[in-house]
Amino acid sequence: MAASTTAAPARPARRLAGLLQPTVIVYLALVLLLIVGSILVAARGGMLLDQGGILNILTRSTALGLVAIGQTMVILTGKLDLSVAYLIGLCSLIGAETMGGDPGMIVPAVLLTLACAAGVGLVNGLVITKLKVNAFIATLGMALIIRGYLESAYSGPSGDVPRAFQHLGYARIGPIPVSALLMLALAGLAWWYLMRTKGGYHVYAVGGDEEVARFSGIRSDRTIITVHVLCAVAAGLAGLFLASRLGSGAPWVGVDAGYDLESIAAVVLGGTLLAGGRGGVAGTIGGVLILATLDTIFDDLGVTPFFKDVVRGAVLILAVALYARRRGLLR
Amino acid sequence: MTETSTVERKPRRIRLADGTGPVLAVLAVLLIALAFVGPAYSEPAGYLALLKRAAPLMILAIGQYFVIVSGGFDLSVGSLVTAQVVIAARLIDGEEGATLWVIPLLLVTGALVGLVNGLITTRLLVPSFIVTLGMLLVLDGAVFLWTGGSPRGALSEAFRVVGREGFEVPLLGSVPWSVLLLAALVVAAVLFMRGGTGRTLVAIGDNDKSVRLGGGRVENLRTLAFVLSGISAAIAAILLGGFAGVSAQVGEGLEFRVITAVVLGGVVLGGGRGSVVAAMAGALTLEALFSLLNLLGVAGGLESAVQGVIIIAAVAYASVGRIPFRTRRST
Repeated sequence: MAASTTAAPARPARRLAGLLQPTVIVYLALVLLLIVGSILVAARGGMLLDQGGILNILTRSTALGLVAIGQTMVILTGKLDLSVAYLIGLCSLIGAETMGGDPGMIVPAVLLTLACAAGVGLVNGLVITKLKVNAFIATLGMALIIRGYLESAYSGPSGDVPRAFQHLGYARIGPIPVSALLMLALAGLAWWYLMRTKGGYHVYAVGGDEEVARFSGIRSDRTIITVHVLCAVAAGLAGLFLASRLGSGAPWVGVDAGYDLESIAAVVLGGTLLAGGRGGVAGTIGGVLILATLDTIFDDLGVTPFFKDVVRGAVLILAVALYARRRGLLR
Repeated sequence: MTETSTVERKPRRIRLADGTGPVLAVLAVLLIALAFVGPAYSEPAGYLALLKRAAPLMILAIGQYFVIVSGGFDLSVGSLVTAQVVIAARLIDGEEGATLWVIPLLLVTGALVGLVNGLITTRLLVPSFIVTLGMLLVLDGAVFLWTGGSPRGALSEAFRVVGREGFEVPLLGSVPWSVLLLAALVVAAVLFMRGGTGRTLVAIGDNDKSVRLGGGRVENLRTLAFVLSGISAAIAAILLGGFAGVSAQVGEGLEFRVITAVVLGGVVLGGGRGSVVAAMAGALTLEALFSLLNLLGVAGGLESAVQGVIIIAAVAYASVGRIPFRTRRST
């Protein structure tokens, strides 16, 4: 009785909230941003979405997108990965140094890099699950360890990427970079894994409530380790992409761009719950595109980079507040 | 029922796990090791200098402790410290007379930033990790937008007294003002945590629902924790500005370092466990460790690697063997 009376007035709100799925909001916001941005840029006599603009947005999105795809999976289980920024630098160095300018070494270098990344992810996962260290601390500790290695072993860019591999970073089909397509393909793969496989369901279940998932017979430890390995591999791919763009490995390429916090921001902006269990890759890609579009618009408008940070911070807080309000409506 | 019986069966063990014991033991070992390695530590002056160096981090640790123990994060303190130092330099601009009104202004700004963090976290239901991450971006951008890219102005001599100078005490020699300030804050923090408000704060971190049902003002107290953290950042900024002078890097990485320190002190992320003294001991341990590594001639790079290993080890030590009580991450 009580339930039916309370449900009746809540129904319109529920329908409204159903329409306002975070993923839908993200892409609506992206379209709105593109329209407003185009008008603003056009008012200054430029054009936002010409070939250069699209190229710019997609190129910016690629590295962050790769990291954010991995980060999405980790956050869906209710964990975090703060080690990705340093890992990206490390992977760009491993890749570039192994290649050493020799086109024949591309495949071994890529495999070695991804294997190293997977190893780091495995250690993260094992420390979190077996030593029961909070993910925040475990990955922060891993970040510090990698940073220590980078600081003591490298003072600047190192290694040499052969021309053939550099094509990966620069080749494009029309206005669309090949690397961006590869990133989107990976996003599709991650979407398929999360939505269509048993492992993906386990990710959501563990994020919803780890205890309940364990009692339901899910090996939550294994799921958490898997997502950390996948996240690290995604960061490794981002490192390889950046190495191909730069032509060599750079130790601080990931840290300078702040990929650790930035990727978390993109994931959360995409509507994934920081506490885990809700959200997905589609929203994350929307979040990444929004951040990249904002950057491009500000560049076109000639706004100082400091203002970008202010807007970015405000957008992040506003978006999450909006999602929280929406969940309040649903309740 | 079973709950109370388990608590009664081994109260000792739980007290040891989150208590001050382990970190104080490590701290004692480090301090004794310092006496053996460094000739400067053969007299009190050496330890006083260590305390002076550690004072800003320890004060930040007090503020961060309030936030963490009530179940949140404050990632904005590092950029807040930078912002405060830059603001102070710009407003004072070498004028001695300005010191008197700038210092209260800094404290108010710190409290205001904390208030905004707290209100957004509690009223708009945005996870504090995101709120303070957004605040970090906003502060970083806003300060440099205001100063046009690089810090300008200079601090007055009077402003720098607290962070730099000391006063003569028989037997001990010159005692830095910052150590006196630190001592006063320690006493205040301990008294606060022993009072009703402090205890409720810990209870909120443990289980905010039951505190709310018990009539506690969860939102107000959480907001208070952020305000205190903001004020602690302001005080730390005054000390650091005096000690190290004006730079745009003064607060860089402080947020992670202070969280490391608090966690090293056995305070559990997610809230509800740990003492404020242990959090400060964690900060002092971290500084003592850095001093020791410095004296032993360990390269800068390895320093952060060692920090990474230690933080993981400390948390693993604290959590292995303890029943996984609550694995969910709160706001």
